[in-house]
Amino acid sequence: MTDVIDTGAGTDAQADAPATKRMNMIQAINSALDVMMERDPDVIVMGEDVGYFGGVFRATAGLQAKHGKTRVFDTPITECGIIGVAVGMGAYGLRPVPEIQFADYIYPALDQLVSEAARLRYRSAGEFISPITVRSPFGGGIFGGQTHSQSPEGIFTHVSGMKTVIPATPYDAKGLLIAAIEDNDPTIFFEPKRIYNGPFDGYWDRPSQNWSKHPGGEVPTGYYKVELGSANIVRSGEAVTILCYGTMVHVCAATVAEMGVDAEIVDLRTLVPLDIDTIEASVRKTGRCLIVHEATRTSGFGSELSALVQERCFYHLEAPIERVTGFDTPYPHSLEWAYFPGPVRIGEALKNILKD
Amino acid sequence: MASDHPHANLPKLSLHVPEPQFRPGDTVDFAAVDVPPAGEARRPDTADAAKGFTDLAYTLVRVLDDDGNAVGPWDPKLSPDMLRRMLRNMALLRAFDERMFRAQRQGKTSFYMKALGEEAVAIAAAAALEDDDMCFPSYRQQGLLIARGYPLVEMMNQIYSNSGDKLQGKQLPIMYSARDFGFFSISGNLTTQYPQAVGWAMASAAKGDTRIAATWCGEGSTAEGDFHSACTFAAVYRAPVILNIVNNQWAISSFSGFAGAESTTFAARAVGYGIAGLRVDGNDALAVYAATLWAAERARTNQGPTLIEHFTYRAEGHSTSDDPTQYRSAGEPNAWPLGDPVRRLKDHLIAIGEWDEDRHAAQDKEVADLVKAEQKEAEKNGILGHGLHQPLDSLFDGVFEEMPWHLKEQRQQMLDEETASGRPWDRK
Repeated sequence: MTDVIDTGAGTDAQADAPATKRMNMIQAINSALDVMMERDPDVIVMGEDVGYFGGVFRATAGLQAKHGKTRVFDTPITECGIIGVAVGMGAYGLRPVPEIQFADYIYPALDQLVSEAARLRYRSAGEFISPITVRSPFGGGIFGGQTHSQSPEGIFTHVSGMKTVIPATPYDAKGLLIAAIEDNDPTIFFEPKRIYNGPFDGYWDRPSQNWSKHPGGEVPTGYYKVELGSANIVRSGEAVTILCYGTMVHVCAATVAEMGVDAEIVDLRTLVPLDIDTIEASVRKTGRCLIVHEATRTSGFGSELSALVQERCFYHLEAPIERVTGFDTPYPHSLEWAYFPGPVRIGEALKNILKD
Repeated sequence: MASDHPHANLPKLSLHVPEPQFRPGDTVDFAAVDVPPAGEARRPDTADAAKGFTDLAYTLVRVLDDDGNAVGPWDPKLSPDMLRRMLRNMALLRAFDERMFRAQRQGKTSFYMKALGEEAVAIAAAAALEDDDMCFPSYRQQGLLIARGYPLVEMMNQIYSNSGDKLQGKQLPIMYSARDFGFFSISGNLTTQYPQAVGWAMASAAKGDTRIAATWCGEGSTAEGDFHSACTFAAVYRAPVILNIVNNQWAISSFSGFAGAESTTFAARAVGYGIAGLRVDGNDALAVYAATLWAAERARTNQGPTLIEHFTYRAEGHSTSDDPTQYRSAGEPNAWPLGDPVRRLKDHLIAIGEWDEDRHAAQDKEVADLVKAEQKEAEKNGILGHGLHQPLDSLFDGVFEEMPWHLKEQRQQMLDEETASGRPWDRK
């Protein structure tokens, strides 16, 4: 763990305060925003419904009342405008944290993200930067249909000059979000909305869980960072390496436990920059690699991972690399659980990788 | 097909595809362009509500009449020194453009764009703004830099992507960035600067700053979604920003009709958003100055944004990459009813006894010599395509603040390739 933890200990007023608290991912994100708004007057939050109402997922609840309307405000429904305005605010010297209500809505902002935010430092030779963090709920598993379920991370990992971060626990969500806000480069921060309220084992027909018993639900109340570019080995193992992120970390963990496979589960946490050292060390150790993501397969981030592992670990591999992903279809509504890369698809892939 | 249609007895629909008035070979007569007399447009108080003067979006604010007199309520009554400074900046811009256009033709750089015929738009606006107001220009407002005293040699270094280029050869020629001169990095993607300017202005307002923002786009790119997003944001938050549309009639080869000019004015876009709108004679430096100052005053007093359409004419091609005689009549530039902005300001100065033809000729020579001398200096730093002007590995600088491993690996690969290929750059 390279996490920097500063709980504010050392002053009398804070000495009695609880250093950590049970939080779900929404509360952890809210706490990260609150902590950063207190620390840095240049941090502002903007987006559709984020102000008085506090966001459709409540991630910004209470922030406007506490920090004021000029720092937390609702915006017109134009994602292009939201990001374009954020780029201008960044050029002024602010540190905007715009919210795109669903990742599925981010496409109108693509030009401002790809051609502007991600390129500004380079094209101006550092005269202007875009220290913006774009928060957006992504992924499926909530019966959101094709416009509330997509996982477009592969579109952004393809863009030079942009970082892509995806947390899998409340602890990581807060620490990564703080790191992203402090980072001087533009960051896409995708929040797996299926696990906002609790980890998910991949069985949609079983009772949902909450974060109260998961170690990742214990979150420091103050400031701390999870550095961008560091993966987390969620489970150590010898038989096979599973590379995953977001919701799929929990689905993989549950599947592995159920099957009794001694897998090493690597939660990537940041896709760009990628923690290649952790990946390489793990695959060299296990000799087998399964890549799991919910996004569609073709040109998905799994393709990049597969190529990297092949290039760097080929002589350590004892079985072909496998990918478990969503299918190359739009995200369906009624057939969501046929699309979703759940325990069965993961289990079949694991059996295949481990058969020899 | 049509005969199978259940309503085949109804009149057939037809699709309207706009067509400009003149094409190559046509005789040009701009009689259809409505040019109201100078001095006619009223000048509302800067504190007036936008809905009270929507008529100004459909006329032309003009100050200089055909005899070189400054007339009407928009006359900014500038000192002769100020008028001469604007005239010299316009002449300098024209000389600079001429020289750099030629440099491209001589193979010294890849690309150039002139502002011929539109000099007043940027020069007069810069004169009316404070030097620390933030400009978010499109690619044809190099006049802002010239008016703010940005060194010509720096502009040329950028155009040549040479060793003196502060942008390290990373940008297409003329896509300047000059933070210390309040000039935002130019993008080749159109109108992206519009919401950015609004965001900068919102930030300035949120911080209780006093600086305002101004941005420019062409009439053609008002069709971009960014334009409309920016207008909505600017209106909603009453952002202290001036939104300029440079209506120079042509977007490469597409006339303004493809952006909606057949139906209404571009200034009229303001009316739908409820923001102040002005339509200004863009070849009249005094009108541009007065409109900009008026809009700036509104912005500085929290009256919100102003949209200004500068009605002008692009007398050259879009860039060095197109030949305008292939798509429009060669007679257009000379027939343009609003004339040459440099000549009009010159005539005004002569009319008030503050200038003469000899001084003007001498100034033309002076600015031409200056540009030539600066060019010589810039070329000491190299010209594009002749030698290596930046360290090879600078290719990877500035993608991120800190270089991640994958870029370090790729940088090494590039350096290895260079070694393996026998260092061709060293041979040049």
